[in-house]
Amino acid sequence: MLAQQLVNGLLSGATYALFALGFTLMFGVLRVINLTYGFYFSAGAFVALFATRDLGLGIWLALPVAAASAGVIAVVIDSLLLTRLRRVGAPELASLMVTLGAVLALYAAASIAFGPDIRRLPPGLIPPAALEFGPVRITLAQILILGVTAFLVCVLLWLMRRTRLGTAIRAVAERPDAAGLMGINTGRIAALVSFISGGLAGAAGVLIGLNFNAIQPYMGEDMMLRGFVVVIVGGLGDITGAVVAGLLLGIVEVLTAGYISSGLKEAVSFLILVIVLWTRPEGLFGQATVRRA
Amino acid sequence: MGDWFQPGWLDDFLFTYQNLVYSLGINGLLALSMYVVLAVGQLSIGQAAFMGLGAYSGALMSVQLHWPFWLVLPASCIAPVAFALAIGLPTIRLSGVYLAIATIGLGEVLRAIYLNADSLLGIDLFGGPMGLSGIPERAGVGTIYGTLAVAIAVLWLVGRSRIGRAMEAMREDEMAAQVMGVRLRRYKMGALLASAVLAGLAGSLGAHESAFIGPGEYGFQPAVTILSYALLGGIGTPLGPVLGAWVLTLLPEALRGIADARMVINGVIIVLVVLFLPQGILPMRLRRSAAPK
Amino acid sequence: MTEHVLELTGLTRRFAGLLAVDGVDMAVRTGTIHAVIGPNGAGKTTLFNLISGLISPSAGMIRLAGEEVAARSASQRAGLGLARTFQNIRVFGSMSVLENVLTGLHTRLHASLPAIVLRLGSARDEERRAVARAMTALDLVGLADRASVPAAALSYGDQRRLEIARAMAPEPRLLLLDEPAAGMNPAETEALAMLVQRLRGLGATILLVEHDMGFVMGIAEHVTVLNFGRRIFDGTPAAARAAPEVIEAYLGHKVAARLAAKHA
Repeated sequence: MLAQQLVNGLLSGATYALFALGFTLMFGVLRVINLTYGFYFSAGAFVALFATRDLGLGIWLALPVAAASAGVIAVVIDSLLLTRLRRVGAPELASLMVTLGAVLALYAAASIAFGPDIRRLPPGLIPPAALEFGPVRITLAQILILGVTAFLVCVLLWLMRRTRLGTAIRAVAERPDAAGLMGINTGRIAALVSFISGGLAGAAGVLIGLNFNAIQPYMGEDMMLRGFVVVIVGGLGDITGAVVAGLLLGIVEVLTAGYISSGLKEAVSFLILVIVLWTRPEGLFGQATVRRA
Repeated sequence: MGDWFQPGWLDDFLFTYQNLVYSLGINGLLALSMYVVLAVGQLSIGQAAFMGLGAYSGALMSVQLHWPFWLVLPASCIAPVAFALAIGLPTIRLSGVYLAIATIGLGEVLRAIYLNADSLLGIDLFGGPMGLSGIPERAGVGTIYGTLAVAIAVLWLVGRSRIGRAMEAMREDEMAAQVMGVRLRRYKMGALLASAVLAGLAGSLGAHESAFIGPGEYGFQPAVTILSYALLGGIGTPLGPVLGAWVLTLLPEALRGIADARMVINGVIIVLVVLFLPQGILPMRLRRSAAPK
Repeated sequence: MTEHVLELTGLTRRFAGLLAVDGVDMAVRTGTIHAVIGPNGAGKTTLFNLISGLISPSAGMIRLAGEEVAARSASQRAGLGLARTFQNIRVFGSMSVLENVLTGLHTRLHASLPAIVLRLGSARDEERRAVARAMTALDLVGLADRASVPAAALSYGDQRRLEIARAMAPEPRLLLLDEPAAGMNPAETEALAMLVQRLRGLGATILLVEHDMGFVMGIAEHVTVLNFGRRIFDGTPAAARAAPEVIEAYLGHKVAARLAAKHA
């Protein structure tokens, strides 16, 4: 029983980690709290919905299509909202406010356009078979989710640490003015980071939509609190931190639901957030430069 | 209706436009609660959460404890202030982003608690999804607008004093304000507590005029709406946000019934104001001491 | 009044392996103009930030008028009589000239919240006195006729004067001027030098960081030279100019050696 719950926890934790990755990337590189991120999450899920339901694509095709679409949407919206602020060097709170307003407008617009009802992905996308390891049962869908998450995390880490592009991104993250002077096109890097970030959000949207079988315009908003907890516990801007914190949160949530009450999951997450803010606000892996006078 | 401030002609007017008149007063208070936080350069999206705490605690004091209203109203501020301390104290010393994030989560978490607390603890206090009804209608136009007028007067006077100067200095340039002796943490915490008090009062007044409150009224979307009041009106004077609140409260009369459209408008307003009109529609400033001729 | 308004003992600041300020000892005598100079990267700005409290030291002591302040915050030090200006001028652009100076008086104003809200006479009197003090400070720098002008509308030179008026209004024990002549033409620099000397004539103690050698040598009575975070010289401007270690710091040891050989 416990083992099964831990596995379930790891699974939802993996999706939380995936969701938080793009968000922490935006902050780490571009110093923006990009709340429209939640919308890209919903967008990815919706694109997958249309791709599988109306175009009859299989999940292996729908997933990258959804992720790429979310990435493109992200580039467009982010550049509309954030370019001006970035050029003026506006404080982080400005980007938070702008994206806060934008994301709610976007959710509401999507709700008007598509209706607020909960949709489901067409059945049979993944054969309902499952593997059994002793007392633990993992469905193919769950394996897919874990696999895709692990794959994307590895690709992201490889990109950031082993490629020239990753070095350019990290240069922009650390000293945007210096990076610009060295010939790095910061505008293009920003667009690329938006694309990656949006793509990760979109992929997370598809996977979570698959896991919980519920897709509706505001689903990104429901995830945001978890995203915040993961990002702060893991350390704002830290990729490995987001992964570890995501997994931990997933496990904690499942255990809370199992042993206390499922209605209090959010409260427990928030409590963790507050405790971390009181004790170690830079998170597990963040630098201690977060504290000020 | 038990409030001796209302003459006869006002009664007739109220009968027709009752809810609107009440909303204008209460939203004005909420806009002021947002104003004090923005006035020190911070961003807190917790006003709706504090409002909910004021509403629920005030309602419970009236319904369960049968306290008189003159006691209930100030006592409704205790819960919001307590939560403001719990979130504010650890985050005040950090970058403003942390306070913003923590307050975003608060509203949703409290909503989950209002919804589930009864079933979890086996009590019958919060009323679950149906909320609380039968709250005695103790708050009339006089009390609401009286509170609003006092709040505006106090904030106006404070704004024109050395405290207001310190706040504006902090808002413009924290480092310069610091070396001039402005104790940043004290002012930030003070503003947050003031905003909790104002929002708590608004919540309690609202509960005692509508006789019914539900858990869904104090979440993320109302919080962002309150932000749009303050941004639209501009934070140069306390009147700005109140005016912004009135414009945005009256506006939906034309768009009756389409809650989502209202959110789109609020969101777009926030985006436009932050990007293009940082002063809001009322670019007035509190003129402080005039230079001697 | 203490002989030294500021005493630094072994002041050190480390940034992840880089010693920005390395065991600096310095004493500023009350009523003098004291300058800190050194090549770029010598640690002057860090030193200033340590003194004003914007960063905390890794080691060492800071005494302001005899009181140990290394553990105190920047705002607390302002309350103890420390004032500073910034290299990249930080006036409050949206506030008027007068309001800027009134903000400088923050530590001297104590009207309580109830007194303000109830419009008590004590609060209003305090405000009136503050305006008078602010106008005096503005008179000193020659900006009194533009008291209602928004600070952002002033010229660069005038903004610098405003910053100085704002810092001087509370009659601080020690005024820190961070590259006050930065970005100024010779005429403005000359006027600034006269202003600084006038301030000293009124009894102020001034510590300044500056690159403009003419400005420094013209008005400073005492000079401390930093290089690589360490103090390499402390004495009169004339002695500094001739000191071999100072020449070496600015011009490199080859030039210094050649100069020494020439004068040998």
